Amino acid sequence: MARLNVNGSIVDVDVEPDTPLLWVLREQIGLTGTKYGCGIAQCGACTVHVDGVATRSCALPVSALTEDQKIVTIEGLSPDGSHPVQRAWAELDVPQCGYCQAGMIMAAAALLKDNPRPTDADIDVEITNICRCGTYNRVRAAIKLAANGGRTG
Amino acid sequence: MTIAEHVSHRTQVSRRDFIVGSAAALGGFSLGFHVPFGREAAAQDAVREINAWVVVNPDDTVVIRIARSEMGQGTLTGLAQLVAEELECDWSKVTTEYPTPGQNLARNRVWGSFATGGSRGIRDSHEYVRKGGAAARQMLIQAAANAWNVPASECRAENSVITHIPTGRTTTFGKVAAAAARLEPPQDPPLKDPKDWKIAGKPLKRLDTAAKLTGKQVYGIDLKLPGMLNAAIKACPVFGGKVRRFDAAAVQNMPGVKRVVQVGDNAVAVVADTWWRAKTALDALPIEWDEGPNANVSSATIAEMLRAGLDADDAVVGNQRGDVRAALAAAAKRVEAVYSYPFQNHATMEPMNATAVWTPDRCEVWTPTQNGEAALAATAEAAGLPPSKCDVHKLHLGGGFGRRGAVHDWVHQVVAIAKQMPGTPVKLIWSREEDMLHGRYHPVTQCKLVGGLDAHGNLTALHMRISGQSIVAGIFPQNIQNGRDPVVFQGLNPGGAEAAFGYTIPNLLIDHAMRNTHVPPGFWRGVNLNHNAIYLECFMDELAHAAGVDPLEFRRRLMANHPRHLAVLNAVAERAGWGKPAPAGVHRGLAQIMGFGSYVAACAEVSVSDDGVLKIHRIVAATDPGHAVNPQQIEAQVEGSFVYGLSAALYGECTVANGRIEQENFDTYQVMRIDEMPAVETIVMPSGGFWGGVGEPTIAVAAPAVLNAIFAATGKRIRDLPLKNHDLRKA
Repeated sequence: MARLNVNGSIVDVDVEPDTPLLWVLREQIGLTGTKYGCGIAQCGACTVHVDGVATRSCALPVSALTEDQKIVTIEGLSPDGSHPVQRAWAELDVPQCGYCQAGMIMAAAALLKDNPRPTDADIDVEITNICRCGTYNRVRAAIKLAANGGRTG
Repeated sequence: MTIAEHVSHRTQVSRRDFIVGSAAALGGFSLGFHVPFGREAAAQDAVREINAWVVVNPDDTVVIRIARSEMGQGTLTGLAQLVAEELECDWSKVTTEYPTPGQNLARNRVWGSFATGGSRGIRDSHEYVRKGGAAARQMLIQAAANAWNVPASECRAENSVITHIPTGRTTTFGKVAAAAARLEPPQDPPLKDPKDWKIAGKPLKRLDTAAKLTGKQVYGIDLKLPGMLNAAIKACPVFGGKVRRFDAAAVQNMPGVKRVVQVGDNAVAVVADTWWRAKTALDALPIEWDEGPNANVSSATIAEMLRAGLDADDAVVGNQRGDVRAALAAAAKRVEAVYSYPFQNHATMEPMNATAVWTPDRCEVWTPTQNGEAALAATAEAAGLPPSKCDVHKLHLGGGFGRRGAVHDWVHQVVAIAKQMPGTPVKLIWSREEDMLHGRYHPVTQCKLVGGLDAHGNLTALHMRISGQSIVAGIFPQNIQNGRDPVVFQGLNPGGAEAAFGYTIPNLLIDHAMRNTHVPPGFWRGVNLNHNAIYLECFMDELAHAAGVDPLEFRRRLMANHPRHLAVLNAVAERAGWGKPAPAGVHRGLAQIMGFGSYVAACAEVSVSDDGVLKIHRIVAATDPGHAVNPQQIEAQVEGSFVYGLSAALYGECTVANGRIEQENFDTYQVMRIDEMPAVETIVMPSGGFWGGVGEPTIAVAAPAVLNAIFAATGKRIRDLPLKNHDLRKA
C-alpha cells in the first residue's frame, strides 16, 4: 500500500513497495500521459514534478515517497493546457510523434520555475530528455518563448 | 465485457461514428463490429459520408479520412491539407480519422495502400486523395444546385460555403451533405494547379498537437480495455534460438500473475493484472534457451564475412558505364579506401506494443503500426482466421522510423498470447531491453572504393563495391531475383525518379556482393541511402583532396548532366558561404544525394578542440521535393532527420557477441541530446513537376557532411562509425 499526493488529490494504491512511481501513475491511477521509455532514468519520457523538482518516475519506487510530497504529472500541469510552456509548445508546433513531449514539457516547466530566463547553456544542462523524432531546436525555441512571456525576440 | 464498454472505449480513441454493437450478430462475441461507410451510413443523421475520404456533419465540421499512419512526420496534416484544398472547406473545421484496414478490405480497398514508409505517405497518394476532395466538392455543389434548381456550373464553393453566383444565394456544406451523399460520385474530377493552392503548400500548424501537450493523446501503450490483462515477454536473445524450458511454477504465485505462456517457439510471456507485475515475474522466471548455432556469431565474424565480399566474384551490378578496370589501370593516380557501417536500432521512444482480443470467431488488435494492412495480415495469420474476421485499430505511433511497417513480430506475439486466453483482452508491451535485443536492424555493409584521376585531377573511373546485408532478402526474399536486391543501390541508380546517381563518370562500376547474417535487417529511416551516401560522398571528398581540387568544384565538374542534384548542392554552398572564410576554428564539409524522390544536400560546420572534442555548429540543408505540401513541417522533418542521422554518426552501433546484440538500453545505445544539436538552416526549394518525400532523404547527408568537415578540421578520415570509437585529436 502507498498513499500519494497526485495532482492535488490524495490517493491510496495497493502495490508492492518497489513498484516505480511511473507504473503506479499509469496502471493504478490511470494517468497515462507520463510515458515509459527506458526504465532506467535515461530518456526522461517519465518526467514528473515531485515538490516542483523534475523527477524521473520510472526509477523511483513508491516506497520512497510520502503523502506530503506533491506529485504533479502532465495532466495536472494546468487544467486546460494553458501553462506557459504548453502555450509556447503549441505556438511553435513543437511535437512530432509527441511521445517524449510530456516529459520534455515537465522538464522545461521545472527549469523555468527555478530559472525564469535560462541561457542556452542552462537548457543544455537541464534538458537531457531524449527525442528520437528530433524536436530539439523547437524545444529550445519554445523554452525561450515561454521564458519571454510568449513574446518572440 | 459489454458492448457499451467497448463502444465507449472506442469513442475515446476516436473510432466513433461507425461502431454498431451487436452480440447476436457476432455469435456472442461482444466486440463492436463495423458497418461499411456506404450509403446507409451516410443516410444517418449523425454521419454524412460524401465519399470514402470526406464526411461532412450537419454543423459543417469535416472529417477527413487518412489511410496512412501518423508517427510524427506530419503526414496526417499534409494529407488533410491536400483533401481540404480540393474540397474548398473551412480548415478550422477539419478533423481526421483513420479507417481500419478491415473496412478497407470490406470496401474493395477504397482507401488504397495503408503503407507508411519510404517517405511515401504523401507522394504515393496525393493524386487520389486530392481527387477524393475534388469529387466531394462537386457533389456538395451539385446538391446545392439541385435544391436551388440551377446549373451547378453557376455555383462555387469556398470555405465550406456554396454560393450561387448570379443570385448570391448561399448555403453551407453541412446543410447539403445528406443530399450530396446520395449523388453519384463524379469520375476523374480535375485537380487544381498547385500554384493556386490556398491550404496545401502553406506552413499550417499540425492538426494533432493539442492532445500531445496535455497527456491526452492515446498511444498504443496507453490503451485500456475493460477486463484487460497485461503481458511482458522475453524472446531468446540469440536470433534463431528457441525456448528449451521454463519453470512457470516458480512465478505463478507472484503478485498479479495470471498465466505464464510460451509464445511461438522462441519466447515466453507472463500475463498479469498490471504490466509492472508481469515484468517483475518475467524477470524472476527461470528460462533455459536453446541458443542454436548462431551463438557463435560475433561482430568480428560478421565483419570478416563482409570483408571477403569486397573482392568476391559474385557481385550484382547496379550501375555501369565504360570500362572501369581498364580506366583504373590507365589512371595517373589511384585512390582506394574501405568504409563500413554498423547495425542500428530504430529505438522508437514508444516500445513495441499491441492489444488483442481473440475468440474462435474473431480477432481484433489495437496497435501503433506504419502499415495497417500488413498488421491485419499478421493478425489473421496468427489468429488462424480469415482477414475478414479480423481487424486492426491503428493508434498514433510513438515513433516508427521503419520498425513498425514491414514486419509485425509483436502483433504475431500478442495474438499468440490472446489465443491462449479466449475473450480476454491482453496488452503486450516490450521492455526497452526487449526492444533493443529484438529489433530489425539497419543493415551492416562494407564498401571498397577505388577511384582513378587523370593528370588534370579529373575523375576518370570509379569502382564502388558494396558488400553486406540485403534488407529485401531478410524481409521479402521472394523479391530477390538472381541474387539482385534493387534497393541496395539507393542513390546510386543510373537514373529514375526515385534515387538516381548524381554524377557522370566516364568509367563507372557500382556492384553489390550480398552477405547476410543471422541478425535480422529492417528498413531503418533512410534505409540504404544512409550508408551509400557516406561511402560515395566521403570518397568524393577523398578524391577531391587527392586531386588537389576544391570538393565543391570537383563535384560540379561531374554534375553538368544532373541539374537538380547540382541545384541543391549549390544552394547549401551559397548559404553556408563555401569558399569564404569560416569563423575561427570552424571547418566545413559537403554532401549531396538523391533518395525517396527528392534531391538533398548539406553543408556542415564543425570544430574539433585540441583534446579531440567535436562540436557541430551548424548544418545548412537543402531539399528539392518537387512539391512542398507544408513547408514548416518539411523544416521539422529536416531538423529531425539530422538528429536521427547524427545520433547514428556520433553514437549508433549495435554490436554482436555470442549471437546477441550487446546494447540493451539508452545507457549503452546513446543518442544525441539537445546539448549536441546544431543549428539547422533548412532550404526548401520545390522545383515542381514531381513529388518527392521528405521524411528520410536528408538523414543520408548528415554523416558525410560532418565527416568531411572533420577531415577539414583534423586531417583524419573516419571510415567507420560511430565517431565515439575514434580519437579526433590532431595526428
